[in-house]
Amino acid sequence: MARRDALTGYLFISPQLIGVLVFVLIPVGLAIYYSLNDWNIFTGELQFVGGDHYAALLEDPQLPSVLGATAIFSGGVVALNIALGLALAVMLNRRFRGVTLFRTLFFSPVVVSVVAWTLVWGFLLQDNGGINGFLAQFGVVGPNWLQEGPTAMAAVIVTQVVRSVGINMVLFLSALQGVPGELYEAARIDGARNSTMFTRITLPLISPTLLLTAIITIVGALQAFAQIAVLTQGGPGLSTTVLVYYVFQQAFDFNNIGYGSTLALMLLTFVMLLTVLQWQLRRKWVFYED
Amino acid sequence: MTSGAAGTAGATGVRASPPPTGVTQRKVPRPGAAVVRRVILYVALIVLAAPFVVPTVWMIASSFKPLSEIFASPPTIFTDSPTWAAYAEAFTFQPFAQQYFNSVYIAVLVTLITMLVSSLAGYAFARIRFPGRNLLFLVVLIGLLVPGEVTIVPLFQMFKQVGLINTHWPLILVTALAAPCVLATFVMRQFFISLPGELEEAARLDGLGRVGIWWRIFLPLAKPALSAVAILTFLASWNLYLEPTVYLTSPELFTLPQALTRYTDAYGGEMWNTQLAAATMTVVPVLVVFLIAQKQFVEGLAHSGLKG
Repeated sequence: MARRDALTGYLFISPQLIGVLVFVLIPVGLAIYYSLNDWNIFTGELQFVGGDHYAALLEDPQLPSVLGATAIFSGGVVALNIALGLALAVMLNRRFRGVTLFRTLFFSPVVVSVVAWTLVWGFLLQDNGGINGFLAQFGVVGPNWLQEGPTAMAAVIVTQVVRSVGINMVLFLSALQGVPGELYEAARIDGARNSTMFTRITLPLISPTLLLTAIITIVGALQAFAQIAVLTQGGPGLSTTVLVYYVFQQAFDFNNIGYGSTLALMLLTFVMLLTVLQWQLRRKWVFYED
Repeated sequence: MTSGAAGTAGATGVRASPPPTGVTQRKVPRPGAAVVRRVILYVALIVLAAPFVVPTVWMIASSFKPLSEIFASPPTIFTDSPTWAAYAEAFTFQPFAQQYFNSVYIAVLVTLITMLVSSLAGYAFARIRFPGRNLLFLVVLIGLLVPGEVTIVPLFQMFKQVGLINTHWPLILVTALAAPCVLATFVMRQFFISLPGELEEAARLDGLGRVGIWWRIFLPLAKPALSAVAILTFLASWNLYLEPTVYLTSPELFTLPQALTRYTDAYGGEMWNTQLAAATMTVVPVLVVFLIAQKQFVEGLAHSGLKG
């Protein structure tokens, strides 16, 4: 009986397990293999080069800039996303006229197609586009947003955050609603300030959600391809060429399969390290769990 | 502002003041203070809402503008001479109707497969004991950690070997079985774990086997989790951009995100109003469904995250 039951278990998980094996684990194995070879895609010849591609990482003159852009983009997205998501959740976690409408508005970009959303922002951010047109009404001459490094980076960060912060807002809202109201009552009787209650009660109690959203957000930011491809194509220069975009360029624009795979594995390492790090932090930092 | 808001936030349902009685006489309000705070809140929310709302409104409004008015200065939001020309052009410039159908059928198919696969796996990981269960669950979770950009080059080669390049199969199979499905399996497992253990015992007394228990007892109970899964998966498939760009070369096979970026003239310049019309047609139906079903939408999403 128990054995038959176990067999059923294996059968139930097999589509998912086989899917992960075929579409994730085997490709990762192949990526490692490619990274150790030079691949002439025109003749189809593979030549073993050992660690050459890994050594090339150190000599790639573009890589420092790419990693810098990746750090600024991911860091910017996570910081802004968590801060804004939490602020919105706190503002909307109460009853007042129109609260549902505001929640809906802030959430709505989540269901807008990424490419459509990015196209519209690109349209608004043109030199003669809506945003500069609006600024001109106040006599302000706006920059050519997408053609200057710092403003282009700011644009991709903001575009990404505004589109996705609704998810974090909703997660924070439900976490806030899980904080027992009596705690605030008790703290208030003890004369606690609002800010103290926020840092001593709210933040610790929602820390599991904070951590979870931080993981989701940073992993999402490291994989943001469409936004960059549509809005800036990595430009101007290399200023918004983040690692995922660079991987794509190397592999598909320049046909450097070997080096592209090496870069892809570097991306994978970052994602893995961040996840492990955050799980470690979870032990120290998270005060409360179900 | 944030911390001030947080204070009232906790005491849900307490209408912003009157503030606490007690020893501290901090912030004892003049009668107008609550009103002032309320006004500040509204102003802050309206200003913050602009970047969330204006782009979509602008997109829809601009799609009806004649090309000459697209970059008018000063900018107009609503045009005096609306035209459907851009909408007509969206369909004649590319096989847009076909591309629309492609996106819809792929997303629906992927969502159905994922609901099936993830509820089976989630049920087994949560409720059936078998050797290696935790290890296998960890193996599956790896699928969530590996970015699609890492596997796309090998996957391209694999699909090329079996002759599936320039077909929809890669978009269906990878989405329905890899990362989005793993997330779904995780959500389903967490949900099924939270259900009481007596469910199986009762079902067994009724003579149900595992398949019966899964289908007749657990799936009906799992509606909130399943709707979360359906929403997340549908959006994941609907938004795919890298994958179609890599796998598809024939315009009649394109999906919407890819098609939207192809409205460029012979010089590579964007055909803005056509692009915005196509984008509007892509965005508005999903937005309408969301507005109708937003309660389930938001609760479903919250549910999927909370139980992490």
